[in-house]
Amino acid sequence: MLFDFVFYMFAVIVIVSAMGVVFSKKMMYSAFSLLFTFFGMAGLYVLLSADFVAVTQIMVYVGGILVLIVFGVMLTSKITGVDIKTGTIGKIQLIVGAITSVIVAIILLYTYLNVEWITSQFQIEVPTTTHFIGFGLFTEYLLPFFVAAILLLVAFIGAAKIARRK
Amino acid sequence: MEIGLTHYLVVSALLFSLGVFGIVTRKNSILVLMGLELILNSANLNFIAFSKFKGLNIEGHIATLFVIVLAAAEVAVALAIILNIYQNYHHIDVDEINKLKE
Repeated sequence: MLFDFVFYMFAVIVIVSAMGVVFSKKMMYSAFSLLFTFFGMAGLYVLLSADFVAVTQIMVYVGGILVLIVFGVMLTSKITGVDIKTGTIGKIQLIVGAITSVIVAIILLYTYLNVEWITSQFQIEVPTTTHFIGFGLFTEYLLPFFVAAILLLVAFIGAAKIARRK
Repeated sequence: MEIGLTHYLVVSALLFSLGVFGIVTRKNSILVLMGLELILNSANLNFIAFSKFKGLNIEGHIATLFVIVLAAAEVAVALAIILNIYQNYHHIDVDEINKLKE
């Protein structure tokens, strides 16, 4: 009962704040709605017993990506706040976008609700998943792990090089 | 009704369609980036939900971690490009940008 309540709370937080990201007129409000979306997602991960992923979500998304996005918002808008609005979009663009996303939502919901997913009956109870993730990363997924590390290094060097003022 | 796999999938489907809406209708490229983050998050939620309901299969968690790493790299490069475009154009409307350099 309590589990259901907590799930619905986090689901409502995620969906409502995602709507805030998409529909709000000011960029800063969108950025702060994104903060609540990321925290709600972390809550859902905890409910799905993915503790390590939840903490990673908070540290990387909220601590890294969101800060970068807020920096981007502040660096690319006029200080006076006049130009911080997202700009008006055309009626046709809005209607086509709404129709597209509604069609996508209907297709996805139809698929998710009608397919008989094979789920395992027994639930494994582990105190923490960190041990298994570390074991997996250094045995089976060793090569993707190093490729991801090098890709991150290259991406950050490239970003610093591109963004540097001439 | 007990919370099952379908509940999480419905949340992820709604998040995905909101992200698509954001990408299609926004003019500001940073807001397009935010829509992209919503889509990546919905994919992550699917990974974790399927992993849980297949008896805590750890491979979904590892896939999610790689998605988070790639999202971080993608946001860093995209914001660098956006800052460069802002220096050239003094706005970041994706509708009006047609050249990367003058």
